[in-house]
Amino acid sequence: MRDVEINIKGMVSAHTIIAFSIFIATLMPHFFVENYSVYGTHLAWLYSVSGSVAVVNITIFWLLGISPPTKKHTLSYKVSRLVKSCLHFVASCLFFHLVLVLYGATLLEAPLETFSLAVLLSCFTTLRCLCALGPNVQAWIRVFSRDGAMSIWDTCLQITTAGTLIGTWLGAFPIPLDWDRPWQAWPISCSLGATFGFLMGLLVAPGWIYWHRKQLTYKCK
Amino acid sequence: MSSFSSKTTVSDLPAEPLSGNNPNSSKVPAPLFHRVVIVLIDALREDFVFGSKGQQYMPYTQHLVERGSSHSFVAKARPPTVTMPRIKALTTGSIPGFVDVVMNLNSPVLLEDNLLWQAKAAGKRIIFYGDDTWVRLFPKHFMEYDGTTSFFVSDYTEVDKNVTRHLDSTLNRDDWDILILHYLGLDHIGHLSGPHSSLIGPKLLEMDDILKKIHSSLTSREMEGSLPNLLVLCGDHGMSETGSHGGSSDPEINTPLVLISSAFKRKVDMEKPGTVAQVDVLPTLALALGLPISRNSVGCLIQPVFEHTSLRDQLRFLHLNSFQLNCLLKDSTPNFQKEEGYDQFHLAEKSHANWMKLYLEGNTSEVLSNLGRKLLRQYLGALKAMSSTLSKQLGKYDMYSMIVGMVLVLQVLLVLILAMPEALSHPAEVEIPLYSSLLSLPFYMLWLLCCSIHVLVCTSAESSCYLCNLSWGLVLAAITTISAMLCVLLSMAGRKLASGAKTGTKNTNGSGFSELDMLLLTGTAGNVISLGSSSFVEEEHQTWYFLINTLCLAIFQDVCRKYFRERKNYSDDSSYLVSKEDLPVLLSPISGQGSQKWLALSTPLLTLACCRLLRSLNQTGVQWAHLPDMSHWLNSWEHKAELSVLSAASLVLIFFLVQKRCSLVSKIALALGLLGVYSYRAAVGNVLFPWQLASRDISKGTVEARFVYIFVLGILFTGSKDLLRSQVITADSWLKCRGLWEVYSGIVLLCAILLRPHNLPVLACSLLIQTAMAQYIWKELQYDAAQTSIIHYWFGQAFFYFQGNSNNIATVDISAGFVGLESYVAIPAIFLTAFSTYSGPLLWACHLVCYLSSAQDSRHPASLGHGCYCFALLRSIPTVVYIILVTALRYHLFIWSVFSPKLLYEAMHTLVATVVCIFFTAMDQNHIAQS
Ligand SMILES: [Zn+2]
Ligand SMILES: [Zn+2]
Repeated sequence: MRDVEINIKGMVSAHTIIAFSIFIATLMPHFFVENYSVYGTHLAWLYSVSGSVAVVNITIFWLLGISPPTKKHTLSYKVSRLVKSCLHFVASCLFFHLVLVLYGATLLEAPLETFSLAVLLSCFTTLRCLCALGPNVQAWIRVFSRDGAMSIWDTCLQITTAGTLIGTWLGAFPIPLDWDRPWQAWPISCSLGATFGFLMGLLVAPGWIYWHRKQLTYKCK
Repeated sequence: MSSFSSKTTVSDLPAEPLSGNNPNSSKVPAPLFHRVVIVLIDALREDFVFGSKGQQYMPYTQHLVERGSSHSFVAKARPPTVTMPRIKALTTGSIPGFVDVVMNLNSPVLLEDNLLWQAKAAGKRIIFYGDDTWVRLFPKHFMEYDGTTSFFVSDYTEVDKNVTRHLDSTLNRDDWDILILHYLGLDHIGHLSGPHSSLIGPKLLEMDDILKKIHSSLTSREMEGSLPNLLVLCGDHGMSETGSHGGSSDPEINTPLVLISSAFKRKVDMEKPGTVAQVDVLPTLALALGLPISRNSVGCLIQPVFEHTSLRDQLRFLHLNSFQLNCLLKDSTPNFQKEEGYDQFHLAEKSHANWMKLYLEGNTSEVLSNLGRKLLRQYLGALKAMSSTLSKQLGKYDMYSMIVGMVLVLQVLLVLILAMPEALSHPAEVEIPLYSSLLSLPFYMLWLLCCSIHVLVCTSAESSCYLCNLSWGLVLAAITTISAMLCVLLSMAGRKLASGAKTGTKNTNGSGFSELDMLLLTGTAGNVISLGSSSFVEEEHQTWYFLINTLCLAIFQDVCRKYFRERKNYSDDSSYLVSKEDLPVLLSPISGQGSQKWLALSTPLLTLACCRLLRSLNQTGVQWAHLPDMSHWLNSWEHKAELSVLSAASLVLIFFLVQKRCSLVSKIALALGLLGVYSYRAAVGNVLFPWQLASRDISKGTVEARFVYIFVLGILFTGSKDLLRSQVITADSWLKCRGLWEVYSGIVLLCAILLRPHNLPVLACSLLIQTAMAQYIWKELQYDAAQTSIIHYWFGQAFFYFQGNSNNIATVDISAGFVGLESYVAIPAIFLTAFSTYSGPLLWACHLVCYLSSAQDSRHPASLGHGCYCFALLRSIPTVVYIILVTALRYHLFIWSVFSPKLLYEAMHTLVATVVCIFFTAMDQNHIAQS
């Protein structure tokens, strides 16, 4: 039980850093991009957030040592893992792109916008899975199936992923409204929804785990 | 507004305002024109005359507009932009309600005060050629007429030749005063191939020629000393970018209005046409002909038309128009004194009187004319203010009848909801305590109370509500229903409370909802809530596409969970170190055979792909309706071969998907029927026959279509024969299933003939999804009846929009009503149109009956009952909520253009669902009889 509480403290600080990095990433491009605004130059904001979340996530997971232990410590093994992770990430971007197209994003018009959103979604979900679980599809399936979480980080992954996806889903609702606002353009409302959902996930996860720490009896640790 | 049949007469006209004692006032202003020819071209868009198309194809008109003695305007029509309401607007100057759209198909005699009545009363002789809607609206007004039917959309030459052939002889005669011509060809071309079709140019040239002929004849016959003639060119409504009309987009509401007469000043340079309202045409024409303005007209006269008359006359015309609007304002607004226009009018009337005094005294100074011009502006301001108040008002709402209707539907919904635990219980039997409540004291008390309220409401004030005008028998029946339902509700609620107290909170047996249940519930609720927003009503298809996409992904996740469940002994740390070799073992299914698993896995993906393709087939809605879609591509002339291949492939696929559960006879009938569908489309000219590439005469295809109808009836007959046998004689469930399936395949065949060829893939995909889902998903994953019903309902909704429908009247494909008919016959045409419009929801509902009755076995004896209940509930919740929403939003800006068409769709859909539910119940009878 003590163990869990210490872990939660670590998670809270990690999540604060990630949330903070998103805010920084929103503000930073002011100094580099001319006429920067979240709506006007949306893609710049999107790349900046994706990049910073990716870097911060990788650093945190590496520092906290949550990444799965590796059998061998040879360089070639590490490199192959890295390559595999990259491939998984690219595949996940393509997968999200496909899902977005299925939801009605145009195939030929604005493919860059759609793909950028897919990258953002992958950074919020797949990248964290890659950091926490490694390029191991089986472990992912385990984590995302019912009662499959085995550590608080697994539960956290579930919550943030669900938050991101639900946020994106809800973010699509304002698009058909005839208000003619700048944020109704594709994919602004969706990416804002995804970011907001991710932030909510970061906020909710430690609290929820703390609240349910008695029910959550992880089989290991 | 004021009562319909009363008409303004000459004696009602006010005298010229005078303040002195000079009784020199004319009752009737003299007409300004001798003869009037009104050329109404259906669906004439503003840019067909004033835009680049006009420059190219209407050179003569363009010349008149630019340099002739003419006045040109853009007249804005009000939605609904459908012919009959627009004719009403032009002839009565009032703004017709939405009911007129429904009446468009069956126009009754126009009893309201109108221009033609006034003209006839004044002894003018009217001749009419064109759309026979006019003849039905004004049956006794024309000295001579020839109506052409507007229902054969594919005919765009004959309809206009029928009008033009009378022209020469009529123009040479002297025995008429008003000639009205209504040309339909352009509208038909629009419906066939849109505003950019190559057929538009020649048609506009033809119209231009006709105008030239009329204009030269009118000017040549103008005699010295007599009054000049007037030629009016107008459109009833425009044409959207897809060629249809009915909505409120700019190209649909902007129509040209050109008034040509030698009385007008010759123009020197092209000016940009000003904007007027379509209802302004009526007061202008009425005053120009020296007729009283119709009672319910809300328009204000188009001032430039009267510019050439003396200032006194101009003021007189303005006075007459504002007096009429003022009367209407008094009639229709309770506190009219507060309106801006009222004060303005009275001020203007006073200064008019002063001006008249000065004028009659012989004052001819500059001051007088300046004063007069100021007065003119004052009158125009008053007119504009009153007109806009009146047009905003759009009639009063009959709140009493609306509340009674709302109470009725709410009661039905509450009964349904209260019956939920019983209806979804194992035996699925709901007991409604009707007799006991009919015999109870509260029922009689309520009944008397309702009667007294009714008498009170109907006698108080001069409210002219619908219910008060009904016969007493009907009103009593309604009152009885309301009070009986209320008693039933009370007793059901009481019973529920009593049983709840007895069993405690036992029924919360915490089985919990799965993700799918959550999605189904939130999706249904979200859709219902979204109906309160006009954008979501316009773009409702987006909601459904979004929902079924999410549904498919949820189903996919369910399938994955079933087939890729991780092993239970999978809990030690070694799982982190799974190497690549372990993967295939782990990914292997826990249950089920290999192929079964992959088919199950691919079904949601196939559905997703189908939905994505169908979504790009027809663009509907409002915001993105103009985007190019596949149906336009397929329907263009150069892609006829592709369309033929696609529809033939769809028909083959339909045959293979439907035939497997039919009897041999039905199989053969189905194959022949589908062949007939293709030959019908080839005969109509939609698709090509492979062995007859040369273009041939396009017929109406009546023979082919009737050939298909015979097979439809045959299949339906064999199906119902099997059903009856299974119900009455043997209670054989296999026979029943086959009978149901045959009925279903009959419906599929009927859909195939009615749907346009580019929509045949919609039909094929819906069958494909149904087959795959039924085989690999619903049974395998053991979805219960409620879940399958909701899924069916969602898919039905999505397919309603996939086939190109929307919540706008303009997208109803009326041509389906003429398949196999020589001429317009009301009942079959309405039935066929409704059937083809609702074919998506209907097909899915029928499939639900087939699926549930085949799944109905000892384990799920009541699944049909559950399905029927869910279906009824799913249909009634949105309808009831929408009725309440629309009542609350009745003063919304878009109430006529967005909300009321949707209400019409909801009502029609509910009717279809009722038929389906009756069918459900009939199928469920033998289960009830057995238990
Ligand atoms: Zn029309
Ligand atoms: Zn039309």
